[in-house]
Amino acid sequence: MSRRPVRKVINALALGLSAAATLVGLALLGALLWSLAREGLAHFSLDVLTRMTPAPATGGGGLLNAIYGSAIMTLIGILIGGPIGLLAGTYLAEYGRNARLSSVIRFVNDVLLSAPSIIIGLFVYELVVVPMGNFSAISGAISLAIIAMPVIVRTTEDMLNLVPQGIKDASTAMGAYHWRTIVSIAYPAARSGMLTGLLLAVARISGETAPLLFTALNNQFWSTSLKAPMANLPVVIFQFALSPYDNWQQLAWAGALVITVAILVLSIIARVVVSRLSPARGRK
Amino acid sequence: MSTVVVIDPRRLAGQRLRERVFHGTTLAAALLVLALLGGVVISLLHGAWPAFSHFKLAFLTREVWNPVTDEYGALGAVYGTLVTSVIAMLLALPISFGIAVFLTELAPSWLKRPIGVAIELLAAIPSIIYGFWGLFVLAPVLQTHLEPWIIETLGALPGVGVLFRGAPFGIGVLTAGIVLAIMIVPFIAAVMRDVFETVPDVLKESAYGLGATTWEVIWRVVVPYSRTGMVGGTMLGLGRALGETMAVTFVIGNAHEISRSLLDPGTTISATIANEFTEATTKLYASSLIGLGALLFVITFSVIAAARLMLLRLDRRALSSV
Repeated sequence: MSRRPVRKVINALALGLSAAATLVGLALLGALLWSLAREGLAHFSLDVLTRMTPAPATGGGGLLNAIYGSAIMTLIGILIGGPIGLLAGTYLAEYGRNARLSSVIRFVNDVLLSAPSIIIGLFVYELVVVPMGNFSAISGAISLAIIAMPVIVRTTEDMLNLVPQGIKDASTAMGAYHWRTIVSIAYPAARSGMLTGLLLAVARISGETAPLLFTALNNQFWSTSLKAPMANLPVVIFQFALSPYDNWQQLAWAGALVITVAILVLSIIARVVVSRLSPARGRK
Repeated sequence: MSTVVVIDPRRLAGQRLRERVFHGTTLAAALLVLALLGGVVISLLHGAWPAFSHFKLAFLTREVWNPVTDEYGALGAVYGTLVTSVIAMLLALPISFGIAVFLTELAPSWLKRPIGVAIELLAAIPSIIYGFWGLFVLAPVLQTHLEPWIIETLGALPGVGVLFRGAPFGIGVLTAGIVLAIMIVPFIAAVMRDVFETVPDVLKESAYGLGATTWEVIWRVVVPYSRTGMVGGTMLGLGRALGETMAVTFVIGNAHEISRSLLDPGTTISATIANEFTEATTKLYASSLIGLGALLFVITFSVIAAARLMLLRLDRRALSSV
């Protein structure tokens, strides 16, 4: 008898399982988004965006100081990590493309890209918090910068490598120095990809919690000082979620929704930037 | 007729200077990446030194974690870290593999893109959201439905049954493993899909031409061809699970004793640090926590470095989602 029926049954079984796995995966993730939307929206109001974090077991209040703190620390983080990442990525793609040093740096950068963020938090604690003597917003921003940097190094290098050698050679043939070719030819050609890298880095650090727990800490009050602890959305969600107070838990839901929506929107914008501005580099 | 171009030597010198400055700046930024890793290693060792020199090897082998008597051993946290990650990988691997197969070989093209994008977007959701959801939504469901069933069926088995006995708390080692699994599924699936797509079509077409079924093409052509990438991607997922903080801290229960049952509360290295670091009152306490961080660094660094070495052989551009 031919083995064909058995093989067909195995085929159908395996493919059925694969489709089932996809369904299970998507269902679980759908459930997550669904409960976030339902509970988050139920406790969301304009107050969340306009009022300060409340005292426990009271009514009202919002997350304004936490949202402000997250925005500020993310911004400073990207202002520090962005330029360094762009320059390092430029070195890897342009000056040291084939150097032995570059392959070491590339490898180390890839490792840092996947390193646990809580370890970065410990590092910044030793590096900044201990010498300064107290928890501070600036130390939080520095740990976010360290997490953003490898992402930006990687995307910058990849995007610069996509710029055709021919147009760079043309620039060199016109007598331009290498730096001029990079700044005036390679950067504009790779602009949208590099921008995507920055946006992805912002998305990545705006939800980071672990490295902020013992750098920026948290702050019940409105504070704009970079030298003092600063409230931030992830740590507030953490603290409020584990508290026994109803109003805090409800705000945690609203905060979780805010953060998720913000990150999804950022990631979608990053994708649109890629597909709009450089059709050649469209993703599969 | 000819034009004579006069090059001003001073301008030329200025150009050369700028070239040197730009080159130097980019090199310095690149070296900073190296310095960063060095700095992390040094600061962890420096911070952990008091604990390491005080407890010596016992830091690794003891389960005790007692801030009152100032005695600390890492065994409970290391055990929890490894066990939660193993549970997560056991659950996440088959599902991620299934999703990757579905996305590359099965899905009609109109479905491929939306599902692929959805998976990638889900991989971008921060881990605190997974932990938060795990505590408020998943844990109660597990407590009332899955765990009693597990205790009745698996707990009654001889041998492995000890892993599944006890009371259904909802939170614990098993729940942490499940939340971790849900968190890394999108990540591993996206990497595996990228790896599968590096398989040349002509290889698959040859197998189809010989009469192979879709599954045979996947199992005998796609999987062997992309083995290194699959293992590398999986190990990157493992690295994430091992080092993950927030997804675990919410649901693990924070108990330093090693319990035989997976349903009991436990702790991981990162959860311990997250929960206790700001409360570490003595120098030895803080140092022990940093010592835990150093252990975590060694564990994750070896896994991630091995994974990256495996992925090095692949074209980096193919792996856009790593």
